[in-house]
Amino acid sequence: MLQIKDLHKSYAIGDSSLHVLKGVNLAVNTGEMVAIMGSSGSGKSTLLNIIGMLDEADSGSYVLDGLAIENLTEKKAAVYRNKFLGFIFQSFNLINYKNAIENVALPLYYQGVKRKERLELAKFHLKKVGLEKWSEHLPKELSGGQKQRVAIARALAANPKLLLADEPTGALDTKTSHEIMDFIQHLNDEGKTILMVTHEEDIASMCKRIIRLRDGVIIEDKEVKQVRASQYV
Amino acid sequence: MFDFGLWREIFQSINKNRTRSLLSGFTVAFAILLFVFLFGMGNGLNNTFTEGFVDDANNSIFIRSSKTTKAYKGLQAGRRIQFKNKDFVFLKNKFKDKIEYITARITKNVAVSYYNQQGNYTYRAVHPDHQFIEKTLINKGRYINKSDVKNKTKVAVIGRLVADDLFLDNNIIGNYININGIPYKVVGVFFDAGGDNEERVIYTPISTAQMIYGNNTKIDQINLTYSKKLKANQAIAFGTKIEKALKKRFKIAPTDRRGIYVRNFAKGLRRINLMNTVINFVILFIGFGTLMAGIVGVSNIMIFTVKERTKEIGVRKALGAPPSFIVKMILLESVLVTTIAGYVGLVLGSGILKLIGKSLEKYFIKNPSVSFNVIIFATFVLIVAGAIAGYFPAKKASKIKPIVALRDE
Repeated sequence: MLQIKDLHKSYAIGDSSLHVLKGVNLAVNTGEMVAIMGSSGSGKSTLLNIIGMLDEADSGSYVLDGLAIENLTEKKAAVYRNKFLGFIFQSFNLINYKNAIENVALPLYYQGVKRKERLELAKFHLKKVGLEKWSEHLPKELSGGQKQRVAIARALAANPKLLLADEPTGALDTKTSHEIMDFIQHLNDEGKTILMVTHEEDIASMCKRIIRLRDGVIIEDKEVKQVRASQYV
Repeated sequence: MFDFGLWREIFQSINKNRTRSLLSGFTVAFAILLFVFLFGMGNGLNNTFTEGFVDDANNSIFIRSSKTTKAYKGLQAGRRIQFKNKDFVFLKNKFKDKIEYITARITKNVAVSYYNQQGNYTYRAVHPDHQFIEKTLINKGRYINKSDVKNKTKVAVIGRLVADDLFLDNNIIGNYININGIPYKVVGVFFDAGGDNEERVIYTPISTAQMIYGNNTKIDQINLTYSKKLKANQAIAFGTKIEKALKKRFKIAPTDRRGIYVRNFAKGLRRINLMNTVINFVILFIGFGTLMAGIVGVSNIMIFTVKERTKEIGVRKALGAPPSFIVKMILLESVLVTTIAGYVGLVLGSGILKLIGKSLEKYFIKNPSVSFNVIIFATFVLIVAGAIAGYFPAKKASKIKPIVALRDE
C-alpha cells in the first residue's frame, strides 16, 4: 500500500538548515492501523505531511498504492490528496459556515460529483458516523466528539485508500477519545488503512502497530496486540 | 462552464460576512453614485448649452449684408450691399462640395386674414432647402417645393400658431389666406422647436415674393448648412472662405468688419464642445478617483478576508481544492461585491437624478440623465474594477500552503 525509502527532509532556518528526517524507511500494508509516535521535534509531523502530500521530501522515494509520488505540482497534489487520502485533524477543521452535510460533501465537490449525488453520499457517511439527524447543524452547534465524527465522515466521503489522522483525539476528553477510537477501529475492521500521529500511549496501544521516531530516524517498529476501545465506552 | 457549486460557495461566503461585504461594497456604491450623479449633471449642463441651437441645424451658416464702413478700390464707404439671385447661384456653385443645404431668404412683416380672423406675422420667402436648415417639421400637407419656386406659385406654409389664430376648424389645407391683400393657397402647417415666434411664421416660395414685391431678384439673406463631413476647424475655415469670396465679389475692403456678415454656428459649437469636454473630463477624473478609492477599499477588505480564512483555504486545499478554484473563489467574490454594489450606486444615482432633475432647470441643468451606453460601460468598468480589487488577495490566497490546516493556533 505504502512504501517509503530513505526519506530525507531538512528545513532552512536562517543560514543553517535543520535536518528533520534522516533516512526514514517504512512500508505499510493494506488494512494496517499504524500509530506514529515521538516527542515533539522527532519528525513525526513532517513525516505525516509528506505522506499527506502537504509537503515534499528532499530525497528518497514514496510510492502510494503503486503510484510514485514525485514532482508534485500544486494541482497534481490536490488531485492525489482528493483521490487517495482522507484527513482527520486534531482541531477538526470543519468549515464553520457550512452545515454538517455540506462539510462532508466538500471533497466530493472537488471531485466533480454532482450536487444531488454528493449530498446523498454525504448523507450516507453521516449516517455511518451516527449523525444523520445533525446534518443541517452548523459546527458550532455540535460537541467536540460530534465535530470529529463529522470530520471522519468527511474524510471517508471520497472513499480514500488511506486515512491520515493527526492527533485525532488531541482536543477531546478521555471518554470522547475512546468513542472516536472505537469508531476508527471499526473503520479499520472494515478494511481501511489508517495512519495516525499521536503522543498518547493509550491511544497508540489501540492501533495494531507502533512506530517510534526520534531525531528523524525510526528507533522502534513493532506490532502490538490491539487494545479495543469498546471496553472503555 | 457555469459552475453553480462555485457560486454557491461564493454566496455562502458573502452571506457569512454580511457586514464586511456591505462595508466594502459601500465605497464602490458611493463611488458609482457620485459618478452617475456628476455625469448626469454634466449631461444636464450640456443639454442646456445645446438647447440654444435646437431651433436651427447646428451646422448652419447665415450670411447677411449691410453697409460698408471703409472706402475700397475707388468705392465710397457707406455703400449698401444687396444680395441678388446671381449671388446665391455663385455661392451654390462655388462651394458645391461643402454645402449640404442652401436657401435664400426674404423676410417681411405682413398682415394676414382669413374671413374674419386676422393677425400680423413674419413672412419668409425661401427655397425648399430652408426646411432642413431651420429644422421645420411638417405637421400637415407639405413644404415649399422646387416647382413652387420655378412656377412662382402663390402658396403658403403656415406655422402652427398662425393656423390656430386664423382657422377655427381643422379644415386648413387648400384654403386661401390673404397676405397683404394677395390670396395664397395654404399647402402645409408646420411645427418648430425654436419657440412660439418661430411658429408665427409663413413660408412662401422666394420667386413668388420677388415677383410680388418689386419684380426684382433681390434677396435679404443666404442661409446654408455645411457638409457634415467637415470637421470643426474646417467648418470655421469654410465660413471665413465664404466671407472672403463675397467681399472680393462685392469689392469690400478685406479689413471692413461690415458689409458682409457671416454667422457661423461652428464657432459657437466649438466653444461649447470644448467646455463640455472640460466638464466631462473633470467628472471622469473625479468619478475615476472615487472608484479607485473604492477598489482599494474592496481589495483591502478582501486581503483581510483571505488572511482570516487562511485556515479554511488550507483545509480546502488539503481536501483537494486546486489552486485555480481558490483563485476563482476570491476573484469572483470581489467581482460580485463590486458589481452588485456598483449597480446599487447606479440605480440610486439615476433615481436621484430622476427625482431632482425637473427642479434643476433654473440652474441651467436640463434633463440630467445617463445614457444606456454609459451604463453598459459602467458595468464593464465595474467587472474590471472587481477583478483588479480581487487580484492581489486571490494571489495571496493561492499561495497559502495546505499545511496550515494541520497547524493549531
